[in-house]
Amino acid sequence: MSLIEITEVKKRFGDNEVLKGINIDVAPGEVIAIIGKSGSGKSTLLRCINGLETIDEGSISVAGAQLLPDELHLKALRLKVGMIFQQFNLFPHLTAGRNVMLSQMVVKKTPKAEAEEIAKRMLERVGLAHKFDAYPDQLSGGQQQRVAIARALAMQPIALLCDEITSALDPELVSEVLAVVKELASEGMTLIMVTHEMRFARDVCSRVVFMHQGRVHEIGPPEEVFADPKTPELKQFLGVTH
Amino acid sequence: MNYTFDFGWLIEYWPVLLKGIGITVELTLVGGVLGVALGIACAWARALGPGWLRPVVAAYVELIRNTPFLIQLFFIFFGLPALGLRMSELQAANLAMVVNLGAYGCEIIRAGIQATPKGQFEAGASLGMSRLQTFWYVVLIPALQRIWPALSSQIVIVMLGSAAVSQIAAEDLTFAANFIQSRTFRAFESYFVATLIYLALAIALRQLLRGLGWTLFPKRTAR
Repeated sequence: MSLIEITEVKKRFGDNEVLKGINIDVAPGEVIAIIGKSGSGKSTLLRCINGLETIDEGSISVAGAQLLPDELHLKALRLKVGMIFQQFNLFPHLTAGRNVMLSQMVVKKTPKAEAEEIAKRMLERVGLAHKFDAYPDQLSGGQQQRVAIARALAMQPIALLCDEITSALDPELVSEVLAVVKELASEGMTLIMVTHEMRFARDVCSRVVFMHQGRVHEIGPPEEVFADPKTPELKQFLGVTH
Repeated sequence: MNYTFDFGWLIEYWPVLLKGIGITVELTLVGGVLGVALGIACAWARALGPGWLRPVVAAYVELIRNTPFLIQLFFIFFGLPALGLRMSELQAANLAMVVNLGAYGCEIIRAGIQATPKGQFEAGASLGMSRLQTFWYVVLIPALQRIWPALSSQIVIVMLGSAAVSQIAAEDLTFAANFIQSRTFRAFESYFVATLIYLALAIALRQLLRGLGWTLFPKRTAR
């Protein structure tokens, strides 16, 4: 039984078809890495899964919630999948704790005391319980990204989408964020991540998707994809990144 | 120059001045609060609202920003009764100031909203918030923070512009100065005192708005 079903998804920006019929099924607890050159459609695909982009053809569903373009369906879908962004996108006028509390109170109508309790737990989970009252610009990039993860987790999503979440970080801060993601993976969270961290993809992911020109060019367990690439495009891609 | 300055009339006329100050302050408070509220609503409509609403708000904003305040005031006070909308001088003055600040505030606040990084909207959406919730809880406060100095200036301008309401006999500070001048024939002294009071009011209002900014927006350390 798949948790996330992506079926024949096509997406165009004007004349430019960026997704040309994508099919991926994700089982609960799977950790999927999407790799590929820029412009291959990997970020677009990820953004389609929680409706930040509309799709032109095909269907996407997450645990029974269909991607449909009205606000009610989008909300139902987004309650099931959280998203972490390359640029963190914390709310600058709210403390870390308030960042984690806001959507619980506004969307789920969680009482304030309970939302605060959950926020503390989530921040503790990412190792930032002591930063509850810090504003985003008082935190390092790595800390901001971990708050963003806590914020997504507080909504208790079934799956998390990670869009190049370490690409905007200084090299020495990457590992603290990846450690949190690894922890989540080991707890059984379903993750789909667009990433350039090949080592991380190899160590943690259950499957790797290589996208090329809007299509899934190769897909398989990391040992297969990395050790035995079948297509010249993937060989070339891995060649330049190694 | 053999003019002798005489401020002796202050003893007799200070209650008139005080009443004028009171009305100018009242007009500024009501105009400021409701005008900014109207400005926020219009800025939302123009930047993020439904397609049919945008030209309506744009027409309102352009109408107000391209006509004199005095004409707007006269239209409301002398013109609208023809349609059966009769108002007291003060009601008309209040309405004119709200409508005026609403239009200027709209454009200033809209600039703040449109400078919001796209990621803020996406973060709100990805957490399940509706577009309106994202605007209200996520976008609005940082947007106001961005344009707070400009908006503060506009509120001060509207306060000073309220002098025009004396023309429909709303008994504000300018009305009081005119009144005293006509009774005492001490034009220099009357308007000199009114000038000082306006200056003090404007400085006080700026300080008030700065303080409001400090409490409304969290202190953000420069990194």
